[in-house]
Amino acid sequence: MSSQIDSLITRDYAAGFVTEIEQDTLPPGLDEDVIREISRRKHEPPFMLEWRLKAYRRWLTMKEPHWPNVHYEPIDYQAASYFSAPKTKKPLGSLDEVDPEILKTYQKLGIPLTEQKLLAGVAVDAIFDSVSVGTTFRDELAKHGIIFCSFGEAVREHPDLVEKYLGSVVPYSDNFFAALNSAVFSDGSFCYVPKGVRCPMELSTYFRINAADTGQFERTLIVADEGAYVSYLEGCTAPRRDTNQLHAAVVELVALKGATVKYSTVQNWYAGDKDGKGGIYNFVTKRGKAYESAKISWTQVETGSAITWKYPSVILQGDNSVGEFYSVAVVNNKQQADTGTKMIHVGKNTKSNIVSKGISAGEGNNSYRGRVFVSPKAEGARNYTQCDSMLVGNRCGAHTFPYIEVANNTAIVEHEASTSKIGEDQIFYLKQRGLSAEQAVSMIVSGFCKEVFKELPMEFALEAQQLLGITLEGSVG
Amino acid sequence: MLDIKNLKASVGEKEILKGISLSIGRGEVHAIMGPNGSGKSTLAQVLAGNPAFDVTGGSVSYDGRDLLDMEPEERAQQGIFLAFQYPIEIPGVSNAYFLRSAYNEIRKARGEDEVDPMEFVGIVEQKLKLVDMDADMLNRSVNMGFSGGEKKRNEILQLAVLEPRLAILDETDSGLDIDALRTVADGVNKLRDTSRSFIVVTHYQRLLNYIVPDFVHVLANGRIVKSGDKRLALELEEKGYDWLVDDVASARAGAAIVGAR
Repeated sequence: MSSQIDSLITRDYAAGFVTEIEQDTLPPGLDEDVIREISRRKHEPPFMLEWRLKAYRRWLTMKEPHWPNVHYEPIDYQAASYFSAPKTKKPLGSLDEVDPEILKTYQKLGIPLTEQKLLAGVAVDAIFDSVSVGTTFRDELAKHGIIFCSFGEAVREHPDLVEKYLGSVVPYSDNFFAALNSAVFSDGSFCYVPKGVRCPMELSTYFRINAADTGQFERTLIVADEGAYVSYLEGCTAPRRDTNQLHAAVVELVALKGATVKYSTVQNWYAGDKDGKGGIYNFVTKRGKAYESAKISWTQVETGSAITWKYPSVILQGDNSVGEFYSVAVVNNKQQADTGTKMIHVGKNTKSNIVSKGISAGEGNNSYRGRVFVSPKAEGARNYTQCDSMLVGNRCGAHTFPYIEVANNTAIVEHEASTSKIGEDQIFYLKQRGLSAEQAVSMIVSGFCKEVFKELPMEFALEAQQLLGITLEGSVG
Repeated sequence: MLDIKNLKASVGEKEILKGISLSIGRGEVHAIMGPNGSGKSTLAQVLAGNPAFDVTGGSVSYDGRDLLDMEPEERAQQGIFLAFQYPIEIPGVSNAYFLRSAYNEIRKARGEDEVDPMEFVGIVEQKLKLVDMDADMLNRSVNMGFSGGEKKRNEILQLAVLEPRLAILDETDSGLDIDALRTVADGVNKLRDTSRSFIVVTHYQRLLNYIVPDFVHVLANGRIVKSGDKRLALELEEKGYDWLVDDVASARAGAAIVGAR
């Protein structure tokens, strides 16, 4: 009876085009000279270069992690190029000077960068091959004292802030990929919201990989000062290529006393074709530190990438701080995902909430990996974890690896998990009401993910729902 | 409008429908009765296109088209509606969204414009009254946590909204108390008209007191063993099914003996 949920066809990846543009790319290979060259090209102050070199030296002593439940050919780190930027004659003064080809690229992706056509209420930092090509609404934000710019600019113009917070949540020694990123990161977004300011619009970074054979290493740092609020969105796409590309980003969030940072991701990197050829290796370190009474909330919808290795985490440093993680991870064809979160309870009366929805279709393999840690001092810590898996068809896999360590006996930690299969009876019921099999699956899956979607800002929720439909296209026949 | 000829269907190796022939005209109400396991629900499911059943023989023509060649959603779009005996739960999907999506698919198939959520509220409000349902039912997930009666009323609500040309009610009376039964039957009666046909599958005559059929057919062991008008249902109420089933069994036994010769 599985006949109905059996055959798989290729799905359409609309963002899979390549932009023809002159790129300034360093030759492949990685050594200290390459790092010095990256730093030089970016006109960085000495502290930045020092930090990069320390990270590089540390990286040389580290080993690539192989504990995730994913499988891939060894990566040759000397074969990739570590810097690629669209060629420009001079530094950009305004968005009008951005190469029209790049503007067109974002237009095609539905991310208009010309200010007249901007999405109302969303400021965008567009990152093209690890280099920021434009940030919108900057003047408007500056009126509130909010700094929103590319990481490179922040290093040059706000070195004190960068030096203070960079690596304060994810130290360069944290893990293999974070160390590599710290050594070679090319650009990313930076945001600082001053004390007591509620950011009046959604901030958004749109990552686009274009160049072939380059590694992508963005660095994002968001600092919400005491009592501040910011909601941040991240979108990602890449061209359809048949080689794998490494994407090793680092995102650090700092929520000072009483601040709130909400970080939402809709990840739609190219996932490879139906035979598993090509696609992005998304090996990303995302972590936030919440100080007293602060709140950090991660929401992610992971539909792309050949391999996803990612655990957006919260260190609940201050008393009464709150950490949240809402995740939808979808794998189809031969995609693999090992994703989840870490909630590290350090302060008293800290709370964390984890809702993870994994959907596996085709021959996809989906693992939830989570760690809930309650330190001896975390009196009254509270965690609730709900971890649901849905299987579409019978060639896919769902796995759950929850790690719970509790060192304080006043803590309450709950873990609930379920696995379900999309029922033939559900599909038939919806078809009998006039819906196609694909609409039916899309509707059932959206319902399954509802708790996560409602955490996303409106425009993003719609996009996520559509993406889900596209990702699962062809998973029923 | 519907012409079933010698229809045979099975689940796996087991043959359940062993040759059903039945003609249904526009605006007619046909009751299908029979003991448990006679194939009543299978007939309903096969007409709706449930892939769990294999059609092994015969034909079904719907307005001159080969029904068996159509996907379930196409049948729905062409006006065939099955009220399920056991309505399915869809967690996280609101009844309103589900209903509107179905309504729009059927409109699209008819070449009509889709309606937006606001317009749809207006349409569905009228229909809610028909089955005595509260508007808050629309915000609940499809059939989730619904009582047996609510699920059945929800099926009739869908019937009212989707306005099919052929409605198949599969044991809509099962699990209903007398008040709920009356509500559901009233709803159905209001939807009866000269262009809409019904197949009412039921085990008990009780429902047919409220939904009065034009024709009654008795199904036993995968075949129609007797057809008549509404009086047949009353006769069944009195005598049960055994006399019919026994008749068939002995008739077949006779045939077997003839065949053996």
